[in-house]
Amino acid sequence: MCGIVGLFLKNKSLEPALGDMLSHMLVTMTARGPDSAGVAIYGAADDDRVKLTLRKADGTSVDDLQNELVAAAGSAVDISIRSTHIVLSVARPRAALLMRWLSAQKGRLQLVSVGETMEIYKEVGLPEQVVRKFGLSGMSGTHGIGHTRMATESAVTTNGAHPFSTGEDQCLVHNGSLSNHNAVRRSLQHEGMAFSTDNDSEVAAGYLTWRMSQGASLRDSLSSSLSDLDGFFTFVVGTRKGFAVLRDPIACKPAVMAESDDYVAFGSEYRALSVLPNIEKARVFEPEPATVYAWERP
Amino acid sequence: MPTHDLNVTAVRALNEALHRLPPDTNETFWQIENPQGKHAIGVGIDAPVDVEINGHVGYYCGGMNKQARLRIHGNAGTGVAENMMSGLVHVMGDASQSAGATGCGGLLIIDGDAAARCGISMKGIDIVVKGSVGHLSAFMGQAGNLVVLGDAGEALGDSIYEARLFIRGKVESLGADCIEKPLEDPHKAELARVLAAAGLNGAIDPGSFRCYGSARKLYHFHIDNVGSY
Repeated sequence: MCGIVGLFLKNKSLEPALGDMLSHMLVTMTARGPDSAGVAIYGAADDDRVKLTLRKADGTSVDDLQNELVAAAGSAVDISIRSTHIVLSVARPRAALLMRWLSAQKGRLQLVSVGETMEIYKEVGLPEQVVRKFGLSGMSGTHGIGHTRMATESAVTTNGAHPFSTGEDQCLVHNGSLSNHNAVRRSLQHEGMAFSTDNDSEVAAGYLTWRMSQGASLRDSLSSSLSDLDGFFTFVVGTRKGFAVLRDPIACKPAVMAESDDYVAFGSEYRALSVLPNIEKARVFEPEPATVYAWERP
Repeated sequence: MPTHDLNVTAVRALNEALHRLPPDTNETFWQIENPQGKHAIGVGIDAPVDVEINGHVGYYCGGMNKQARLRIHGNAGTGVAENMMSGLVHVMGDASQSAGATGCGGLLIIDGDAAARCGISMKGIDIVVKGSVGHLSAFMGQAGNLVVLGDAGEALGDSIYEARLFIRGKVESLGADCIEKPLEDPHKAELARVLAAAGLNGAIDPGSFRCYGSARKLYHFHIDNVGSY
């Protein structure tokens, strides 16, 4: 199973309500994935600053970490704490220094995502608990992707929860299972990519990051994944300005979409879309198998 | 005229009320509001009633239906009218995968498109799709008619037994043991009957369809066919 939701806003006036809409969508998908949930939110960019989303390990004190982070990053860091996740906003040169410091903090702090606009929050638990813990309904943004997980390929851990991010402002959620992920992971490792889990979905994210780093567009990266990734999948992918959907050629996993002048929305089931404003006026359709659907903000 | 708002009534309570109907019920017209993609709406009805569902439904709507006539004013999720025995399920929008799966009788009408595996393992149901159907439609079909006014996706009729497939548009490819057959007069008469039942009497020429069915080579295991299994 697993449930996926995604929302890409076209109407700017809906941006303050992005988190609230995504929260409702995620909670409707609880039955498809009750063991963990996560969300990637594309919010506002701050000139020349990068956001690092970190997750602290159990038993680590936020107050202690805050002092250490200020010491490591300098006073020019903005720190915002949401439950187990800490978002640092720093000037780009500082980000590289901080990431080096973070790599020595394994076991206490985990780097979840890096991006100018994207923040990722994910945790084990029922979707309703997870969205409440992070205050998702109060977040604003341009687009977002969420996932409710019923684990099949690896353990129920926060690191196994989606979305996966393997590149700046890039994230992927996946419903399905890949059969050639070990081989693809090895070849991507030869290309210099690093992976933090043994999860098949992280390999799909890494594959797209690798293709885009070679200059391919989001659409072309997904098109080539059809021949390079084997298995069952519905992918929903976010980039700083883009939002895309791809199903495997057998259409093994469910998907339904809605598009109107206000938004493009994705749900594993229509129930997830039924909570959206004016959904009755949107064009509701099932995405075709092996067909890339992509939207890009100008 | 019972009206149920599924924002208020649980699907289970609605279905229980429908299951309690006696054969001679006077409550023959049911209105369902706010289905909002909920699953298993109107499953297992066995009474000659009309059910109007105003909105999109989730999985298995009208499953196992006997006698009832369900009209869905919206799209349907996976497995609409699965294992229908008799009666009518009419989807005014599109249907997701496995529409009419294992259906034994009755008529399923889809005004829009049906996704993959439409009529999978059909066993006597008639299915009329006014748009197109996705890949692997009528997979292992055993009996009944699948009538498609538009196109059919890859591997139509894969491993088919005896169902009849009438396609008016383009067929992407045929599945194992599915072949085109000449459209003869008895086929045309049968097709005209199904089209008339779907309210398309005279609107569409039965002669404009092509007919597909089983080559009957996979009924029994034969070593020469091993590549086709």
